Amino acid sequence: MALAFDEFGRPFIIIKEQESKTRLRGLDAQKTNIAAGKAVARILRTSLGPKGMDKMLQSPDGDITITNDGATILEQMDVDNQIAKLMVELSRSQDYEIGDGTTGVVVMAGALLEQAERLLERGIHPIRIAEGYEMASRIAYEHLEHIAQKFEFDATNTEPLIQTCMTTLSSKIVNRCKRSLAEIAVKAVLAVADLERRDVNLDLIKVEGKVGGKLEDTELIYGIIVDKDMSHPQMPKEIQDAKIAILTCPFEPPKPKTKHKVDIDTVEKFRTLRQQEQKYFDDMVQKCKDVGATLVICQWGFDDEANHLLMHRNLPAVRWVGGVELELIAIATGGRIVPRFQELTPEKLGRAGLVREKAFGTTKDRMIYIEHCANSRAVTIFIRGGNKMMIEETKRSIHDALCVARNLIRNNSIVYGGGSAEISCSIAVEAAADKYPGVEQYAIRAFADAMDSVPMALAENSGLQPIETLSAVKSQQIKENNPWCGIDCNDVGTNDMREQNVFETLIGKQQQMLLATQVVKMILKIDDVISPSDY
Amino acid sequence: MAVERLFKDEATEEKGERARMASFVGAMAIADLVKTTLGPKGMDKILQSTGRGRSVTVTNDGATILKSLHIDNPAAKVLVDISKVQDDEVGDGTTSVVVLAGELLREAEKLVNAKIHPMTIISGYRVAAECARNALLEKVVDNKQDAEKFKSDLMKIAMTTLSSKILSQDKEHFAKLAVDAVMRLKGSTNLEAIQIIKKPGGSLKDSFLDEGFILDKKIGIGQPKRIENAKILVANTAMDTDKVKIYGARVRVDSMSKVAEIEGAEKEKMREKVQKIIAHGINCFVNRQLIYNFPEELFADAGVLAIEHADFDGIERLALVTGGEIASTFDNPESVKLGQCKLIEEIMIGEDKLIHFSGCEMGQACTIVLRGASSHVLDEAERSLHDALCVLSQTVNDSRVLFGGGWPEMVMAKAVDELARKTPGKKSHAIEAFSRALLAIPTIIADNAGLDSAELVSQLRAEHHEEGSAAGIDVISGSVGDMAELGISEAFKVKQAVLLSATEAAEMILRVDEIITCAPRRREDRM
Repeated sequence: MALAFDEFGRPFIIIKEQESKTRLRGLDAQKTNIAAGKAVARILRTSLGPKGMDKMLQSPDGDITITNDGATILEQMDVDNQIAKLMVELSRSQDYEIGDGTTGVVVMAGALLEQAERLLERGIHPIRIAEGYEMASRIAYEHLEHIAQKFEFDATNTEPLIQTCMTTLSSKIVNRCKRSLAEIAVKAVLAVADLERRDVNLDLIKVEGKVGGKLEDTELIYGIIVDKDMSHPQMPKEIQDAKIAILTCPFEPPKPKTKHKVDIDTVEKFRTLRQQEQKYFDDMVQKCKDVGATLVICQWGFDDEANHLLMHRNLPAVRWVGGVELELIAIATGGRIVPRFQELTPEKLGRAGLVREKAFGTTKDRMIYIEHCANSRAVTIFIRGGNKMMIEETKRSIHDALCVARNLIRNNSIVYGGGSAEISCSIAVEAAADKYPGVEQYAIRAFADAMDSVPMALAENSGLQPIETLSAVKSQQIKENNPWCGIDCNDVGTNDMREQNVFETLIGKQQQMLLATQVVKMILKIDDVISPSDY
Repeated sequence: MAVERLFKDEATEEKGERARMASFVGAMAIADLVKTTLGPKGMDKILQSTGRGRSVTVTNDGATILKSLHIDNPAAKVLVDISKVQDDEVGDGTTSVVVLAGELLREAEKLVNAKIHPMTIISGYRVAAECARNALLEKVVDNKQDAEKFKSDLMKIAMTTLSSKILSQDKEHFAKLAVDAVMRLKGSTNLEAIQIIKKPGGSLKDSFLDEGFILDKKIGIGQPKRIENAKILVANTAMDTDKVKIYGARVRVDSMSKVAEIEGAEKEKMREKVQKIIAHGINCFVNRQLIYNFPEELFADAGVLAIEHADFDGIERLALVTGGEIASTFDNPESVKLGQCKLIEEIMIGEDKLIHFSGCEMGQACTIVLRGASSHVLDEAERSLHDALCVLSQTVNDSRVLFGGGWPEMVMAKAVDELARKTPGKKSHAIEAFSRALLAIPTIIADNAGLDSAELVSQLRAEHHEEGSAAGIDVISGSVGDMAELGISEAFKVKQAVLLSATEAAEMILRVDEIITCAPRRREDRM
């Protein structure tokens, strides 16, 4: 208790306003924390795998999200519990680092916690459990490297990449046309990839969505789409061989940063000011025209007069283009972003083969396509779909697929999916456990059991008998010494994941294990929870 | 040990069966709500807004009804969303899409209760939807080559669309209006070129299509009321006091006489501007912004018709129609393209004076003037006409046509049924359910018309057993009729969009096994 007695036997209080705080200590604290972590994992468990279900989330503003992406579910959940927040963080870091496997990592952490609870009940000290887990995860990590395979692909043979992306997409709602989406994702990544350096800058891939049409209409555009229209309705809607001036200065009179006043007190001054103003507009537009631009893309707005002058000089213009889009356009067209009219020179113009405005549906929505760019290293994936939620979910799925393709380009090792890697790790860890003297042995075995939970959840979600299927697959792996046996989620008829073409990236799996172990270790080490009670 | 609070206060979580039930119930409630508006004998709904004025809307347009609802159920919101997308994308079929999605979920619920896994249902629905689409594709009629037939197709589609709306009494009249208007567009889907002006008074029959352009504005006083061979300058410029745009400029004077001087200079400036405008050799000037009295007077002196404060759409449309460009500076009169039209005159519709531009250069644009007893009728008429125009403009681009009156649903249901018989496994239940859901649409149409739906639908099914039947529900006579003879047609694009988005939405809702609702954001009391 946070109550101590001084030398006169009077009690004094250590924690401020103690009575208004709730406090949990020792085993109770650990158990509560574990229960919270498990609760989060339980929510996500049913979303795992190709037959996983979706969650519907209603935000505080009443917007609906339907998804089965672990990171998104957890992020949108209004979580209050501290430990649950840790799990949310866990999923998020997997998302940032790898982009895929966000559900798996939470399920794994949940299973580890569940096993830890049993060990705690047996009286094993939490730190020993944590250490055991650490050892086990190292074994598993190495084992994964051992069973991983190198995947050979190049710009012409993209089939392996597509297959891996399809594995990622098959658990999403878009699995109806996973093949075409996977192809789009791979093409997009290859377009921006730097194969020499094995690096991919995903910022160069823009994912844009528009409701309407159907999922099959989703397309990859080698160029940029901007959700804007020409500033003047009568400007040309299509420009061949455009030379683009990319401006971050408004077509408006200058606004000096220093405070100033222009006092007008005579009629002459009034007149000169007026002429100045006209000349100013004229100069701006003329400057653009002089350097040979045939399209102006501007981050800011235009004054009516400037707009007309642009129109008049036959210089189409787009206004209010966002900063990110502006950068992408600059990259794609090889132009430079120009902050001042004075600095506009012909070399700084971007080039694009075709710029056109396209209208959609019955509303007045228009978008500008910038295609055949000088430097086609920026691409856009344009998603169509029946409703807003569908588009959003497709965006998330595409993002996952892009991440997977990127990871493969960085490191082309893969492991097989369908829970086969986990089962194989489980066997390896189990076998290694006996070599460790001491209490850790139990923790290592528990880790092996926890590994089984991912394939078990897969089997459950696919409507198979979980225990029966898992034990069958496990024995098959040991008997045939074949680490590629997994759960046959889609009822194809074979357990061999090589034949089913179900792959995951090696780094993704390794990251999952490391992150899950780390978070579990952290949770196990907590033995005191102090929280302010309700006010 | 139970976790006390995983979520924040008031956030709720529903799982498994309960979540599924909540979404089924919500979606079906929405579908049932709009169900009664389906078909030619569908009923209307009154919507009263909670905003100021408690304005009332009477409508039978699914999208409008759903848009105005305040919905709490998340699944219901999905349905509202698909209806909105349908409206944006093809313009019509907004009710059908919701009803079909609702029926699909109703059937799915039965299957779930019979212990079939949602994933199995989804895969069945997918196969079925694909099969239904192919069945429709086989039966489409495309009359694009034959201009005469194509026009009659358009007429039929317009009449079918309008027959379920308030305009059904005069559907021929309005169908003709809509077809004429769309034909003028010559293939573009730019509905902006069709202007709809609503003027209360008269009857719906008095509505007419005007070849020219009508601007809902008055002509300035003392200016010519009628101009032949008009040269029009369309502008967007300030005609009040021309502000100095350079930042920080301000007028500071130290004596009264200087004020007068500056004022004089200002007037001079405006006069110059007007002179420049007149120097374009125009006799009509239309500005988006206000024109103050002083410049107006100058215009009147020069015999130029000046129209002020035309709204933005009006300006754009006028520029489109007359072929002029919207000008904001006036220094180069020789290079500004002027708009032209044969005649500008002031006309009276009801009690209002309007400006009528006729004999315009570009034949694309036109104006439909709607007349009707009350503003509610006019609003609804506008919505109906908008639906018809949307469908027609989409059909012009994709000229594939189907019969109406429940015929497409019967064709799809038949094909899907056959597929179900051929499919082994649990999936076939789902496929069968899909066909039942499709049949619900003709059933509802018949029910809404007060007919014996069970009898009619079974008769229809028998008719459709034969290949190439064109049987559908003839709501007027209350029997099964030949849709080809009755001339009831629908656009393929609309039907396809209904089928695909309804299946997509149903699939989406079926996949959900947990609903997490965050605590609603508290509005701060600003009172």
